[in-house]
Amino acid sequence: MALLGRVCLLLALVVCAYGIGASIYGVRTGRWEWAVSGRRSVYALAGILTVGFVILEIAFLRNDFAFNAVADTSSRTTPTFYKAAAVWSSQEGSLLLWAWLMSLWSSLALFLTRRRIRDVAAYATAIMLGFGGFFIALMVFYAQPFATTSPTPSEGVGLDPLLRFPTMMIHPPMLYSGYTLCTIPLAFGMGALLARRVDAEWIRVIRRFAFGAWFFLGIGILLGARWSYSELGWGGYWGWDAVENAALLPWLTGTAFLHSLMIQEKRGMLKVWNVSLVLATGTLAIMGTFLVRSGVLNSIHAFGGQTLGVPFVVLIAVLIAGSIYLVVTRREMLRSEHRIDSLLSREAAFLANNLVLVALVFVILWGTYFPLISEALTGQEASVGPPWFDRYTVPLALILVLLSGIGPVIAWRRATLANARRNFLVPIGVALATLVVLLAAEVPVKPFAFAMFCCAAFVAGSISQEFFRGMRARSAMAGEAPPTALVALVRRNRRRYGGYIVHIGIAVLFVGVAASTSFQHESELGLSPGQSSRVGAYTIKYVRPTASVTPDYDSSSTQGGRELSAIIRAEPGVTLGPDTARTGATLSLGAVLDVSKHGRHVTTLYPSEGFYASEEPTQGSVGHLIGGQPVSHVAVDAGITRDVWTAIAPNIETPRLKRIVTLGNKTLPYIHPGEGMVAIAALAAAYMKSPPQAQFHLIASPLVMWIWIGGLIVVGGALIAIWPAPSVVRRRVSARSRARAERGLARA
Amino acid sequence: MTPARKRTVRLVVALSVAVVLASALIYTSFSAASPALTPSQLVHEAQPGRSYELTGTVLAHSVSRDGDVLNFSVADRAGGAAGAAVPVAYTGTVPDPFKEGREVIVTVEKQGGEYVGERNSLITKCPSKYKETPASEKQSS
Amino acid sequence: MEFLIAVIALVLLMVVILVISAPLRAGGSSTRAEPARDTESGPVGAGRSEHETEHGASALLRVDRDAIAPAERHAELEAAREAKYREIRDTELDYRTGKLSQEDFAATDSALRAEAVEILDRLAALEGEGATESEGATPRDA
Repeated sequence: MALLGRVCLLLALVVCAYGIGASIYGVRTGRWEWAVSGRRSVYALAGILTVGFVILEIAFLRNDFAFNAVADTSSRTTPTFYKAAAVWSSQEGSLLLWAWLMSLWSSLALFLTRRRIRDVAAYATAIMLGFGGFFIALMVFYAQPFATTSPTPSEGVGLDPLLRFPTMMIHPPMLYSGYTLCTIPLAFGMGALLARRVDAEWIRVIRRFAFGAWFFLGIGILLGARWSYSELGWGGYWGWDAVENAALLPWLTGTAFLHSLMIQEKRGMLKVWNVSLVLATGTLAIMGTFLVRSGVLNSIHAFGGQTLGVPFVVLIAVLIAGSIYLVVTRREMLRSEHRIDSLLSREAAFLANNLVLVALVFVILWGTYFPLISEALTGQEASVGPPWFDRYTVPLALILVLLSGIGPVIAWRRATLANARRNFLVPIGVALATLVVLLAAEVPVKPFAFAMFCCAAFVAGSISQEFFRGMRARSAMAGEAPPTALVALVRRNRRRYGGYIVHIGIAVLFVGVAASTSFQHESELGLSPGQSSRVGAYTIKYVRPTASVTPDYDSSSTQGGRELSAIIRAEPGVTLGPDTARTGATLSLGAVLDVSKHGRHVTTLYPSEGFYASEEPTQGSVGHLIGGQPVSHVAVDAGITRDVWTAIAPNIETPRLKRIVTLGNKTLPYIHPGEGMVAIAALAAAYMKSPPQAQFHLIASPLVMWIWIGGLIVVGGALIAIWPAPSVVRRRVSARSRARAERGLARA
Repeated sequence: MTPARKRTVRLVVALSVAVVLASALIYTSFSAASPALTPSQLVHEAQPGRSYELTGTVLAHSVSRDGDVLNFSVADRAGGAAGAAVPVAYTGTVPDPFKEGREVIVTVEKQGGEYVGERNSLITKCPSKYKETPASEKQSS
Repeated sequence: MEFLIAVIALVLLMVVILVISAPLRAGGSSTRAEPARDTESGPVGAGRSEHETEHGASALLRVDRDAIAPAERHAELEAAREAKYREIRDTELDYRTGKLSQEDFAATDSALRAEAVEILDRLAALEGEGATESEGATPRDA
């Protein structure tokens, strides 16, 4: 089977090479059948890579440990759910996922443009196949997903417990979809430059792809933040870590592009800018992919061998050099047709938005790559931390939110000053009212948070006003009742009103961010049962410990297993599996926390820490059962107004508990894990009988949920904006517009 | 002023603002950054009052907890033979993967004869194999 | 087992070759009058190919832009037209939601309408050209 996989990769490489040649030949000689053949190579590539991916998945699901990838990241005892996901937890598997997704999106993009902009599409095909070929070459020469060893190992290492969460299944494919989708507009942008064609048709095509990339990348980033918050033990959702930043950068340029593309559409301006943004988005996505795998930056992520670093650097250098070359040699055709008519116009607001976004990109790029920069410039590697990032991104974010409230209020092309002034009254009023309310409610004054609240209120006011006025106008014109008018209004102006909803979502999201960072109460301390701690307005009491033992064998299937289970169950206070969390933790120690506010009980939380088995015989027959990486299981009470977040780090290294482990190691031979479980059960019982002080991390954070809600609103608004009207409606509107246009001329 | 002239003025102003802001950014990044040092470098070069990013491996048998403070020693990543091990007194979040023998990054400041770890700045690198976790254990203040 | 793998590999190879070479085997190349059609449809492509291979042969050495210009220009103009209509609708909505005064609206609106009519004129001219050049009406995107 592995041989078939390797054959697939080689075949894929050949198909890529052929496709590149055929497309370029086809477009340059006008023999379109070759370009079509090139397009079909992309379809074929998608098919081949699907076969390859399926082969690897099957290997994982069948526990085929001959495959190195399977042996390194999976095991017989890994739950099926995680076996399927383990495919992309290794370097090689994730490369295959990347290439596969890329081929799928490329096929889709080419299918959708099979009747349009054929010259651009042909060049784009070549470029997309170039990317595909690059990743496949990596898999053929550097990190082989279908590499095997013999003799076949009998058991695999298992999935890193830190990854055994359902979100882990979705996050990488989603993020990879975002990254790979970014390469499509890149390909079509370069294709457009190569074909010398950057026009209305191209705009229509590339907007869809850029939107798709922006959409999925945004979801990937949100999911990553959510995962970080609800699964990892540090209680935050954003740490300005290199990998987080790497995903954010193309998203920011994508946002800028979606806005400034509208200017190009209306005024024929900013062609160079737009093309550069599209190329930058793709390049940043590739850089992000590279960052995660090369360990080039000294963060948590020492992924991947250094071997991958060099090819990626070469690719990025080629992309950057190629982009600059193309833009410079095509600058004649990229000349602006018009200029911005007036600074008081939506075009100008969009331009400002672009500038802020690019400033953000620059700040984050600089901060993220600073260790490399400082090493290159001063010889000393240094890094900047979150405070530095916050210092510059917070003011920029404030301006961005403010702009998103200003834009809707100003007309395209040239707004009337008097009208604009009048239109700002309500939004400013709402903002001021918010400030007054905050001060009156005696909320502790935090300047940046207050500024963000007021800006968000401004946005809310401005957009509500837009909806209201639009509804009223339509109601008057079409004689519809307000609710119908509202629906019809949004249906007929999806881009505008969908965009407004996205802006509201962003404002809500930033309110959540501002509130949860500025008004957070946190405490980190050791507690013994019975003790409590004050966190903000909440009192959290450590009522009693919990312990649960989960043997990683099926305890009901053998006589010995059943006996052991009986022994374990007999220990007071210790619960015996089942592994409902499906995480495979051998031992889980936790706490029952009683959360109350002003004396009234609010909720009960059950944080715990899971201890996993490792494969190191040096730890002993008992020691290795809990010697693997411990993983914190966070307990959160999420509410609309606040989150109460708790995590526990129990101490299992007290002298007494360590003695049990040592004794177990000495007396029990390293054979069946079941026998070692008796010692683990004894450990758990000893823990329950006299629990040592445990370290707790407790956070009470207001409005965290607004972040996720804001994200959902953004997703909803984006879908509305992009949803195409049925073609019947489109044609009707088009015909009517034509009639009116001609009538207008006659009148004039 | 002709429209063309106005446009040039605007462009110049915008560019100047951008250049000024960029310079401010670049300047502060150098002064706000913590140099990354290994334990042996730290022992030689550390100046009191400056913060440094210490990278190395947690020395075996050096971990102990004293109330809220976690004490551990960080040795050079490559071979402990060179000897320098920096004792760190750290308070704050301890990431799950933290263990003896693991690679860590912690921001420290030399106070008197001691090295005090900055609160919540401890990061533990995931073990050597390729791992998918973008897990940042740092707290943003 | 090895046999099965060999068979699958061969089948895969054959499918890939079939898929990729289909347009080449169909033969008909659309170098001029077919903006919306592809050469994938075998019989139709073959039917047209006699008419077009003449043009095809001489077009072989010409730069592609000339060969496809009328068809692609049509699509360009259509896209520009739709964008212009959208602008007109947007401006009207801007006016009705109180962002523009009557005078400003009238001025922008008539400018946009004039631009729209210009595009419509260019489209009509192109279609007129197309009608005289090829035998039938140029098929258009629905």
